[in-house]
Amino acid sequence: MRRNVTAYGFLCGALICFAFFSWYPMIWEVVLSFQQTNFVDPPVWVGLENFATVFEDAAFGPAWKNTVMFTVLALVFGYGVPFVIALVLNELRHARAYLRFVVYLPVMLPPAVGVLLFQWFYEPEYGLFNQILGFFRLPGLDWLNSTDTALISLVIVSTWMNLGTGTLIYLAALQTIPGELYEAAELDGAGVFKRIWHVTIPQTKLILLVMLLLQIVATMQVFIEPFLLTGGGPENSTVSVVYLMYQYAFNFGNINGGNALGVMLMIVLMVFSAVYLRVSREDKS
Amino acid sequence: MSNLTVIPESPKQPGGGGPPASAATRPARARRTPRKIHQEFRTVVSPHQLNSRHGRAIYWTVLVTVVVSFTAAFVFPLYWMVTGAMKTTEDLVQIPPTFLPPQFTLDAYAEAWELMDLSLLLGNTALYAGGAWLFTLAIDVTAAYALSKLRPVLGKLVLALMLATLMIPPMVIMLPAYLTVKDLPLLGWDLLNTPWAIWLPAAANGFNIFLLKRFFDSIPRELLEAAEIDGAGPVRILWSIVIPVSRPILGVVSILTVVAVWRDFVWPLLVLTDSEKMSVSIGIASLSSQMPQNVLIASLVIASIPTIIVFFLFQRHIMAGLTAGSLKG
Repeated sequence: MRRNVTAYGFLCGALICFAFFSWYPMIWEVVLSFQQTNFVDPPVWVGLENFATVFEDAAFGPAWKNTVMFTVLALVFGYGVPFVIALVLNELRHARAYLRFVVYLPVMLPPAVGVLLFQWFYEPEYGLFNQILGFFRLPGLDWLNSTDTALISLVIVSTWMNLGTGTLIYLAALQTIPGELYEAAELDGAGVFKRIWHVTIPQTKLILLVMLLLQIVATMQVFIEPFLLTGGGPENSTVSVVYLMYQYAFNFGNINGGNALGVMLMIVLMVFSAVYLRVSREDKS
Repeated sequence: MSNLTVIPESPKQPGGGGPPASAATRPARARRTPRKIHQEFRTVVSPHQLNSRHGRAIYWTVLVTVVVSFTAAFVFPLYWMVTGAMKTTEDLVQIPPTFLPPQFTLDAYAEAWELMDLSLLLGNTALYAGGAWLFTLAIDVTAAYALSKLRPVLGKLVLALMLATLMIPPMVIMLPAYLTVKDLPLLGWDLLNTPWAIWLPAAANGFNIFLLKRFFDSIPRELLEAAEIDGAGPVRILWSIVIPVSRPILGVVSILTVVAVWRDFVWPLLVLTDSEKMSVSIGIASLSSQMPQNVLIASLVIASIPTIIVFFLFQRHIMAGLTAGSLKG
């Protein structure tokens, strides 16, 4: 009994913080999405009206499309590439500390710094990227100002800033593979690529799956890149779900609409999170 | 600091069939025999393949390519940023650009410091990060200790509820969390533009609870029971036994917390709207469109210096936190 009292004494700080800033907002998120409220009059239950409002928004379709496209493109660049980099780094016997340090450097920059730095690189006239293209006698691109390249430009920033995380995690996973497996495979006559296919990939299957899910959940929340670089434009070509949610709350003065969007995204991401938890539990057993 | 085992720092694979140390056994006869590439542990490429003439050529080619391309991709942008801020506005828009600043000047840095009031912004950020660190340690360590060692009734449920928050990404609940901070339920306090808006939510971190509890679980019960027999209460046990032996994990949690608060963008964007209270990321972003390009770049350099220094100093902790999170998640 006394033990319980002491224990809850120790727990009370965390319970208060979690209750106010995690548990309560989660429930309120759902409640607000079914209400109409201006924080002066008592809230009115409106059923699915907020969902209908955001659904009819011209930016709703593009927001989901862009978010999915962003996630897919970020996977193309940011999922396989770190694994290949890690594979190569694991074979190297020199400059390992330097390479590990350097690949993680962009991750340590505050994201706002990375994004604003790339804004300067993307400058159409004197920006670094068009200067490099010009050096190779290639025509410059419009980067953030064209509907064709704006989204991919955001993916490039995001990938540059986050590549190091995946690389180092894969590298740690590769170092846990017992060397005997490679030796056995070699004795059986497997070449380098066969060894990767039959030893490395099966041995890192779980971490590859976990990283896939984590990356999907992380990139579907893309916000800072469109917020700082494009404002969702040109022509809604970079508006993302979280950015639209932010706009509903702080630009359109419709916080309930923002919550409706939030609930939709929450459901999608919870599916991935649930799969992730399942997978990582298997990992332990 | 050195007894963290999750770091990919020194490769220590079991049964690594590497060749004997080459430097010592290198035959003296061959004048031009290249030094053997030493493998401490076995990876995809076998030591034999690696040290064949062919393998060696490929190895050095790959090594040079990787070092050059990594430097170009990750260091060069930073070099361009640091030197870009040393150029005058005219030099900055020059086509083609110069590799080194034609007239080396630190004016842009001084101007950025003055115009953007960076001392205030950096001070604010340090206050938020430092406070968040203290609150996180105080609140999460006590909670994890209670859940791990005191095991109260419903403790399992509390832990499950705390870990469940990991499933909901913070971005998704940012609007209701913002409303909560604006008008705290039951109490009616408005925490916007106060450090509390950063400090308290930072402590509600399920991942920290998870890391700490897992570490505390590994502390042998006998150790604590012995202290209990000697008449030590829970507070004393926590303070003089649990905390001293948990230093590695406390280091990881500390760094994760400080770095997360320092880098955070969305949450401070919502809750710190007063330009006097902004964190450095928000302050720079909000002024970015009004600043001359070289001044803006200088401010970016200044804003990244603290995190880069932290990375230099605590690389091990940061990488340990990284792998602890994902491998054992």
